[in-house]
Amino acid sequence: MGADRARNGGGGGGATLNVDVRLARGEGFALDVRFEAPPGVTVLFGPSGSGKSTTLAAIAGLARPSSGRITLGDQPWFDSAARVDVPVHRRAVAYVFQSLALFPHMTAAQNVTYGMNRELDREAKRAKAMALLERLRVAPLADRRPATFSGGEAQRVALARALATAPRVVLLDEPFSALDRELRVDLVADLREFVRELDVPVLFVTHHRQEARALGHRVVVLDRGRVQRVGSVEELVAGGRDMSFDETPLDPDGMMRR
Amino acid sequence: MDLGPLALSLQIATVATLLAAVVGVGLATLLANVRFPGRDLVDVVVTAPIVLPPTVLGYYLLVSVGRRSFIGHAFEAIFGSPIVFTRTGAVLAATVGALPLVVKSGRAALEGVDATLIRAARTLGAGAGRAFLTVQLPLAARGIVAALMLAFARSLGDFGITLMVAGDIPGETQTASLAIYDAIQEHRDQAALVMVVALTTIAVAILYTVNKLAPEGRDGR
Repeated sequence: MGADRARNGGGGGGATLNVDVRLARGEGFALDVRFEAPPGVTVLFGPSGSGKSTTLAAIAGLARPSSGRITLGDQPWFDSAARVDVPVHRRAVAYVFQSLALFPHMTAAQNVTYGMNRELDREAKRAKAMALLERLRVAPLADRRPATFSGGEAQRVALARALATAPRVVLLDEPFSALDRELRVDLVADLREFVRELDVPVLFVTHHRQEARALGHRVVVLDRGRVQRVGSVEELVAGGRDMSFDETPLDPDGMMRR
Repeated sequence: MDLGPLALSLQIATVATLLAAVVGVGLATLLANVRFPGRDLVDVVVTAPIVLPPTVLGYYLLVSVGRRSFIGHAFEAIFGSPIVFTRTGAVLAATVGALPLVVKSGRAALEGVDATLIRAARTLGAGAGRAFLTVQLPLAARGIVAALMLAFARSLGDFGITLMVAGDIPGETQTASLAIYDAIQEHRDQAALVMVVALTTIAVAILYTVNKLAPEGRDGR
C-alpha cells in the first residue's frame, strides 16, 4: 500500500483537496463551486441536478472545468491559468459511480486488481484483492462475475475495487442509493472504518440526510451549481427549521434519526 | 467438377476479411472514440460502398490503383506485379465491399459499451489505450465478431467490383460468383448449381451464427 502511494508521488496522507472551479454545462445553470476537503469525509449534499456529480467528475478529471484550480496539498491537478490538467488516470482518485460500473466481463477479483499498482505480481495482487474482499465480507464472490451479485454485494465489490488503488482522494457518487436501509447502514459503517485508515479526503455525494449524518464531519451544501453553506453536520442539523440541510425533502424512505 | 473458383473465393474472402478487420476496426474506433473535424465526412466516405453501384466503386479503384496511378505504379515497382487484374485487385475489391459493414457495426458495438465503464477504467489508472483494450474492446467483441462474419460473407459474394478491378481470369481472379455467371452463359447449369448451393449454404450459416451472436444474452451483462 505504501509503495503504491509513493508511486503516486507522495502527498497522499494528510493533504487537503482544494476545489475552485467553474464549468459551463450543456443546459441549466453553470457550476461555480469553491470549497476545501481535508482528510476525512466531506459530504456533498444537495438536490438532484445541483451539480454534485459534475463536481466529482471535475475533481477526477472526467470533466474539464472552463476555469479554476483543483489542488491536492501543494500538487495542482488542474489550473486553467497555468494550463495544468493532470489526466484522469494519473490523479489516483478512487471513484465509486452511482451505477457502480463493475466490469461485467471480469470476476470480482479481477475487478479489484484492475487498478492496483502494475508492478505487483499476479499473486500479490490476488492476495491483496482477497484480503479486501474478505474485509468487506464478499470473499466468496471472488471468482464470480458481477451479473450474479446482489445489490449489496455489488456495492461492496465496487468499494473494494476503488480502495485497492491506494487512492489519494476518494469520490463516492451516491454509492448506496440503490440499497435498502439496513444494507446502507451496514455499508456506511464499513466505509467509516476504511476512511479512518486511509487519511485522505473523501467526498461523499448524497441526498440522504441519514447518510450525511452517519458519515459526515463536514457538509458542503450545493444548490443550483453553487455552494450554499459549509459546516459540520451538527451545525447544519441543529440549526433548526431554517436550515436547508434538514428542510430539503429529499429522503424518499423517511428519516432515520440517530 | 471444378471447385477452383470456390477455393479462390474462400481464399480471397479470408484475406479481405483480415484486411477489413484491421482497417475497419481501426476506423470504427476512431469514429466512435475520437472527435475530429471531418468525422462525418469520413463516415460517409467509408459507408458509401453500401449504396454506390459496384461499377462506380470499381471505376474509382481503377483510377486510384490502376497501373498508371501513383499507388499502382509504386506497388508495381515494389512487388513486381500490378494491383489491377490480379489477385491483389480481387482482394482489394472484396475488402472495399466489406469495409462499410465492419466500420458501421464495429462502431455501433464500440459505442454500445457503457461509457461509465470506460470512465471507471480511467479512474482506476488506465490510460486511454489500456481502457480501450481491456474494457471497451472485449465488451464490444461480440458485435465486432458478428461484423467480421458479415464482412466475410460479403467478400465471398462480391461480383461487380471484382469484375471491374480484377477481371474474370480463370485460375487467377475468377471467383465463384464470377464463375457462376460464366457457367450460366455457357449453359453449364450443373457447374453453376454446385457453386450456387455452396455460396448459399455458407451465407445462410454465417447469418444464422451472426443472429445467435447478436442478442445481448452475454453472461455478465
